[in-house]
Amino acid sequence: MITLDIQNLEAKIGEKQILKGLNLQLEEGKVHAIMGPNGAGKSTLSKAIVGHYDITVLGGDILFKGKSIKDMEPEDRAKEGIFLSFQNPVEIPGVNNAYFLRTALNAKRVHEGKEELNAAQFLRLMKGHLEELGMKPDMISRSLNEGFSGGEKKRNEILQMLILEPEVIILDEIDSGLDIDALRAVSEGINKMKDGKRSFLVITHYSRILDYIEPDYIHVLKDGQIVKTAGAELVTQLEEEGYDSIVNEQ
Amino acid sequence: MESTELNKAVSGEYALGFEIDIETDVAPPGLSEETIAFISKKKDEPDWMLELRLKAFHKWQEMSEPHWGKLEYEPIDYQSISYFAAPKQAPESLDEVDPKIIEAYKKLGIPLEEQKQLQGIAVDAVVDSVSVTTTYSEELSKHGVIFCSISDAIRDYPELVKKYMFSVVPMTDNYFATLNSAVFTDGTFVYIPKGVRCPMELSTYFRINALNTGQFERTLIIADEGSYVSYNEGCSAPTRDEHQLHAAVVELVTMKDAEIKYSTIQNWYPGDETGKGGIYNFVTKRGLCKGDNSKISWTQVETGSAITWKYPSCILKGDNSVGEFYSVAVTTLAQQADTGTKMIHLGKNTSSTIISKGISAMKGQNTYRGLVKIGANATNARNYSECDSLLIGSNCGAHTFPYLESKDTQGQVEHEATTSKISDEQLFYLRQRGINEEDAVSMIVHGFCKQVFSQLPMEYAVEAKALLELTLEGSVG
Repeated sequence: MITLDIQNLEAKIGEKQILKGLNLQLEEGKVHAIMGPNGAGKSTLSKAIVGHYDITVLGGDILFKGKSIKDMEPEDRAKEGIFLSFQNPVEIPGVNNAYFLRTALNAKRVHEGKEELNAAQFLRLMKGHLEELGMKPDMISRSLNEGFSGGEKKRNEILQMLILEPEVIILDEIDSGLDIDALRAVSEGINKMKDGKRSFLVITHYSRILDYIEPDYIHVLKDGQIVKTAGAELVTQLEEEGYDSIVNEQ
Repeated sequence: MESTELNKAVSGEYALGFEIDIETDVAPPGLSEETIAFISKKKDEPDWMLELRLKAFHKWQEMSEPHWGKLEYEPIDYQSISYFAAPKQAPESLDEVDPKIIEAYKKLGIPLEEQKQLQGIAVDAVVDSVSVTTTYSEELSKHGVIFCSISDAIRDYPELVKKYMFSVVPMTDNYFATLNSAVFTDGTFVYIPKGVRCPMELSTYFRINALNTGQFERTLIIADEGSYVSYNEGCSAPTRDEHQLHAAVVELVTMKDAEIKYSTIQNWYPGDETGKGGIYNFVTKRGLCKGDNSKISWTQVETGSAITWKYPSCILKGDNSVGEFYSVAVTTLAQQADTGTKMIHLGKNTSSTIISKGISAMKGQNTYRGLVKIGANATNARNYSECDSLLIGSNCGAHTFPYLESKDTQGQVEHEATTSKISDEQLFYLRQRGINEEDAVSMIVHGFCKQVFSQLPMEYAVEAKALLELTLEGSVG
């Protein structure tokens, strides 16, 4: 089954068209990796899916479980179950990490017709996940991403993912700036989310993360289009031969 | 202090006296010696007070209105103002009240009975503020605390009033303070005896009464040696007032080892988005840390008024004394605020902290103006100042004018200032997690104000949060 169906998507940032008729289908329970050279449009694709303000969609459509989300507000797409792990999570001073995350979770729960969690219930849930990710308990009371190291910020993204339990997970350069321990912890968090239902879109410049999160499909993005789709074996070929040879095969 | 005097002050009698006498008389518009004599007579004041009022009036006539603030407003016609008016006719029921106000009460979570009280509607005896007042008065009298209207204090405690009124804010301190000295009609007097820690937040239970005394309030609080009091002024409930000009004076005095914590929530009518209507709020607030090791802490949340001109200050005279100023000032619609503080270090080892948070939205203009002055004898004085501005939208403005005068070279002064916009990036981050735009904005704003709100008494902090949300509602997007 297809969870996210991107049809002939055209999008621009400012006056510059970046996506030029991009087609991509995410399958239920599968890990899709998007690879490609700098400037190919990888981050633009992830931003277009979540409705980022930088992006203007010019044509095509984005369907989530058969329904168009192209014109939905970002918060509504999020509540439907689309999650983006940001490449550079922004700092928000004075906003308590736990309070923020409980507000987000409860917004989603209300949307799903479930009861809101109170502070005590939420803290229990959060504490369990903190331990799994090797995060310090004081992360609960600190301000959102403020003064966090690069590794702490990425772990915090994964913590949010574990708690919000989204259906489509987009990981934008999740491995950038991570040391080996952090990379392992983050990957374990992600792998834990694999349940045969959720779809993953792993956007990466390097293949390193794909040693930890095994992809089912590799898509090569170049000049605003998917130019090649293959199985995990493509990673090795890309590493050995580079993007140019793969693209020139076309 | 004679104990009979004290008992009289804090008994039920005083509670009744706290309210404004219901008079039908209104002084005709205009300010003259006759008006002042009329006010003094209505207040049943002794001659010495009338003489002081007249002295202030004569000084005021020689002064001119200051215009150094970054404020623009229509000239004030002082002769068109009525300086003593009968209380407004209260409505019969809440149905007669402006639905917008009722809506705001609901959003602030103000209980129905209290809504009625705020509008001056009679309520049943169980929740009558007078009976509540009586209960707390008994508790206060046990500790010898005097808490009464300034008019009562002038009659009942003339020695204390003569000694301390004008001792911190001199009669001719500035144009508006001088005007207040001549025409003040009500306000609060507090005296905390030696070694007493006031057993409750003052005015929390009395705020309903305090609401009707807005125009020319005068407050005097004295904390004797080793005492402590936390005083809360104002209320988050929106208040409509027919008087456009407000000019209040607050004087605080702390003796050796004493502490006063003074918190304000100000939500007077701000006028509309074109700048029409709204209160002009010109306030002089100053505290004197007279004794060694004493402390005065000002916390203010200013969301109302069309014009705010206000600089709660501390004179740190005693050695090791401490002054604090925590402020959140919000300007939206077409509001203008020029606010800040003065920390005057005179004693040795004195320290002061200034945390100012200005939020501007729509066409609001927000100015921080602060002075840190370190005298020649104030060795080892320390100050830390932090002035942050947050802009919402692109038609508003934030301005910062920090001044420093230091005669001591050993002093340590730190100043930090930031101006930031609620960034699209921050908003988007929260929205991508499913939080809608309005909630995301208020989350960021609360985060910005956290250092100040944490200084407020708990109940007040909750009110302040709700008030902030209500004030900024609709100013985004």
